[in-house]
Amino acid sequence: MNINATLIGQSVAFFIFVLFCMKFVWPPVITALRERQKKIADGLDAASRATRDLELAQEKAGEQLREAKAQAAEIIEQAKKRANQLVDEAREQARDEAERVKGQARAEIEQELNGVKDALRAQVGLLAVSGAEKILGSSIDQNAHAELVNKLAAEI
Amino acid sequence: MAEQTASGYIQHHLTNLTYGQHPVNGWSFAHSAQEAQEMGFWAFHVDTLAVSVVLGLLFILLFRSAAKRATSGQPGALQNFVEIMVEFVDGSVKDTFHGRNALIAPLALTIFVWVFLMNLMDLVPVDWLPMTAATLAGDPHLFFRVVPTTDPNATLGLALSVFGLILYYSIKVKGLGGFLGELTLHPFSSKNMLVQIILIPVNFLLEFVTLIAKPVSLALRLFGNLYAGELIFILIAIMFGGGLLLGALGIALQWAWAVFHILIIVLQAFIFMMLTIVYLSMAHEDNH
Repeated sequence: MNINATLIGQSVAFFIFVLFCMKFVWPPVITALRERQKKIADGLDAASRATRDLELAQEKAGEQLREAKAQAAEIIEQAKKRANQLVDEAREQARDEAERVKGQARAEIEQELNGVKDALRAQVGLLAVSGAEKILGSSIDQNAHAELVNKLAAEI
Repeated sequence: MAEQTASGYIQHHLTNLTYGQHPVNGWSFAHSAQEAQEMGFWAFHVDTLAVSVVLGLLFILLFRSAAKRATSGQPGALQNFVEIMVEFVDGSVKDTFHGRNALIAPLALTIFVWVFLMNLMDLVPVDWLPMTAATLAGDPHLFFRVVPTTDPNATLGLALSVFGLILYYSIKVKGLGGFLGELTLHPFSSKNMLVQIILIPVNFLLEFVTLIAKPVSLALRLFGNLYAGELIFILIAIMFGGGLLLGALGIALQWAWAVFHILIIVLQAFIFMMLTIVYLSMAHEDNH
């Protein structure tokens, strides 16, 4: 158990090992470690960002869906309204048409009635004249009494 | 072992394979502890150096092979292991050492793994490697100590290297004047010039002991723990020659001590690393 030059040899070996470790072992390992740490941190970051993006996208999609639904409802509402309007318009038109046809018919009837009345009046005039002739036994001068007869006919 | 006495067995196990200049035999291997003693300072413990260098190379090559293929992608098993060690050492260094120094962390890693590997040799049954070495060398009396950290030369070599670094960084960071001031103007100081001059030797005595205590305690703590552990393993190994009953007891004791020793070898490696970081951190801090 003597103290001798072994300790010098041990020191030399120690320094060589330390230097080798410092130059060739430590740097690559620690670099790899730091890089991996960074990678993992980045990966976690990206993952959380993706989750946030997903949430946003889902929210957006939901909003769009709601909007679309609202739009569809609006369109349906409008269509219904339009249909009602169309029906109303058609009804209105039909009523007008009917009114018009009715008016025409009434005018025609009126006209016909007037014609008939005129004809009847003329006939009544003739009948009255021939009746009067028969009563008086003599002919009445058509021309002399035409005025009278016409006045009479107009009074009927 | 049959022809040996117990104390001879222990002695044999605690003697290093020494190569040095013997006053009579010249450069040669020592054949006894006595001869090794006579060689003086310029002798080498070949077993300590060989085992520690082999283990150091094992550490270096293992970690280098992982570092060469280090990717920031999915790590393999070896890279995973190496990264755990590196991460652990890096964390310890960051907790304690607040300056910027590219040397500290690799130094700490080397100390931790190397000392751990050297300590780990303690768990190899005490006779395996010495007997293998003796058989290979063809000399049944060959000395061979397997655990480098039970050799105070090895631990002192490490501790003195660390001490050198402490001195180097103390002077580099604080300047020679600052370092000497730290040694002499602290903890007692006075405004009075005369009193201060009287206080300088007192301060120096205190601070110098503190400074010297660092490498000594570093070396002796590791050595003491491992030496004691190794000695107990050797004592237990003696029981194997003492009949069936004692042998069985020896196996049980060997196992129990080995389990307990797993804790010690890791702990001692960690303490050596941690104290190195702390001492170097103190060398970097200029707080006086």
